[in-house]
Amino acid sequence: MKTKNLLALEGNQAIALAMKQIDPDVVAAYPITPQTEIVQVFSEYVANGDVHTEFVTVESEHSALSACIGASAAGARTMTATSSQGLALMWEMLYIASGARLPIVMTVVNRALSSPINIHCDHSDAMGARDSGWIQLWSETAQEAYDNVIQAIKIAESVNLPVMVNMDGFITSHAEEVIEPLDDEEVKNFIGEYKPLRSLLDIEHPFTVGPLALQDSYFEFKRSQAEAYKKVIPVVKSVAEEFAKITGRKYDLFETYKLEDAEIGLVVLNSTAGTAKEVVDTLRREGKKVGLLKPRLFRPLPVEELKAVLSRLKVIGVMDRADTFGGFGGPLFTDIRSALYDLSNRPIVTDYIYGLGGRDVTMEQIHKVFESLELIYSSGKVENLISYVGVRE
Amino acid sequence: MPVNIKELSKKEDRLTGGHRLCAGCGASIAVRQILLAIDKPVVVANATGCLEVATTIYPYTAWKTPWIHSAFENAASTISGVEAAYQSLKRQGKITEDIAFIAFGGDGGTYDIGFQALSGAMERNHRILYICYDNEAYMNTGIQRSSATPPGAWTTTSPVGRVRPGKRGRKKDIVASVAEQGAVYVAQASISNFRDLIEKVRKAVSMDGATFINVLSPCPRGWRTDTSETVNIARLAVETCYWPLYEVENGKWKINYIPRQKLPITEYLKPQGRFAHLFRPENAQLLEEIQKEVDAKWELLQKKAQLLQ
Repeated sequence: MKTKNLLALEGNQAIALAMKQIDPDVVAAYPITPQTEIVQVFSEYVANGDVHTEFVTVESEHSALSACIGASAAGARTMTATSSQGLALMWEMLYIASGARLPIVMTVVNRALSSPINIHCDHSDAMGARDSGWIQLWSETAQEAYDNVIQAIKIAESVNLPVMVNMDGFITSHAEEVIEPLDDEEVKNFIGEYKPLRSLLDIEHPFTVGPLALQDSYFEFKRSQAEAYKKVIPVVKSVAEEFAKITGRKYDLFETYKLEDAEIGLVVLNSTAGTAKEVVDTLRREGKKVGLLKPRLFRPLPVEELKAVLSRLKVIGVMDRADTFGGFGGPLFTDIRSALYDLSNRPIVTDYIYGLGGRDVTMEQIHKVFESLELIYSSGKVENLISYVGVRE
Repeated sequence: MPVNIKELSKKEDRLTGGHRLCAGCGASIAVRQILLAIDKPVVVANATGCLEVATTIYPYTAWKTPWIHSAFENAASTISGVEAAYQSLKRQGKITEDIAFIAFGGDGGTYDIGFQALSGAMERNHRILYICYDNEAYMNTGIQRSSATPPGAWTTTSPVGRVRPGKRGRKKDIVASVAEQGAVYVAQASISNFRDLIEKVRKAVSMDGATFINVLSPCPRGWRTDTSETVNIARLAVETCYWPLYEVENGKWKINYIPRQKLPITEYLKPQGRFAHLFRPENAQLLEEIQKEVDAKWELLQKKAQLLQ
């Protein structure tokens, strides 16, 4: 049996390693905290000739994604990475990448949005892009982020849609973790050679990317784009199955933790899920029927699959690391609550907004969330549908 | 290689008829001349603007080349990505053809909103040719002033009112800006002097690096001129030295055309409705200032080209 190749890597280094093994034709990226190290480490691979990549060191994130769009339309396997304001600056181009059906893969190292300026983790950057047509994968650990990036290539190219892989800024990007990477050859075989449907460089078959579509055709373009997302869920599942065959690591649309017989459940993204699992364990030892669901695929939202699992619960607490100012709770909350609306016996769903701007989330805070959920469970009453956790009021 | 009209006339247009650009549009004349000048295959990136919206109304396209439009401010970044893909795939032996990469942007997409992307692409020195078709205002949205609009010109956002006589401020010298940041080849050309334009395009696409040509492309709608006068107006811009034809190759400035008799600027301004108010008695001083500015810039250019001390 093959001995395991284990490496101690920071999250950003793990992403850079995945990119090296993928060996994309083009990377166009701009440094921003906390993503910077991905760009730096990848630059060394380029400088040492470890990759075939043409690395475009652009002058802004807007140009980063614009160059990626040009490269991808020219038939190149194309990747980038960013955070926070960088993703915000890309906003215009996010919609153009998905509308043009370009399978670009981007790591987003999640960071708060200004103002006030803050470099630490929350999810307001990616949540602001949730309707932009990018498939979104989320990652609890550096290992998951590494695995997601490799799978993202295959997913993107199977459905001709761009994929965003999220991992928590600093918490995951800068923490050293033991990673079990695939061999270079395994990655190469897993992703295969990229065969684009069309390329701008195919001069014998000129085609037009980004025409003007007016009242008579724009709607049809968008309707057919909406249809494309239906194919994503089975593709994400089958790519995960294939990945499990070579790594033994099993992924799905979401991860459930002690949820089978649970009556109270938490829904939480990324690294906080790791902390919350510890709390679930403690509460389970006390005999409490609690569990957790950690979404992996957030866009497209796997509504039916979520319904099937969450319908068994009585009370659900959603933890949102982003707010929707003037809206109705955090973005994860509104999606989960809406997904369960049609159930005849729908669980009570409440929202806990936490950890903005990198505010530490402790086990004690998550304990309190569960206490509040237990109170709702026993009383059947919700005093605060949307509350803030760990903030000075 | 001298420009042979007979040979050029036999070549197939790569921007075909049937597009919806206005009669007398300078941009379409520029694009046709530029694409005729290039013998190798071409991939085009287009900034949002008149040229883009009027040539690719789905399900039609007037382009016989591969063509991409992504947004307004990023034709330079988009073509950078296309060229990067080409360099990568060529290095990997997956493509063998020699291809020219051309970006077209109006003055809005080039002087203003796309200035940063243009600067980045030039600095990275991609093997691209960026063409600005300068019609001196945002024509696609209905004649709003840009940083390419000359002082005194009427536009819908620099209207002639009781207290303001058209555009205030100056015209940005984009050719000098791009030249001074070290692009390998930068030039100014006009659709009126097509031999010069064609030679410049040929030179640009033969260079191993990022090149830029600013082409004067009159807009009858925005300039308030007769549609049959487009080329004549462009010629007057050259003959008055408002729009000198010159190039900067690896830092060396060269004037390509010196009018036998430099015409007064009023010859250029007079046929254009956008300058009509300048000919009112109360604006006589403005006219004088415009002439002085043209003279000063022409002198400076001659100094840069070492024709004057």
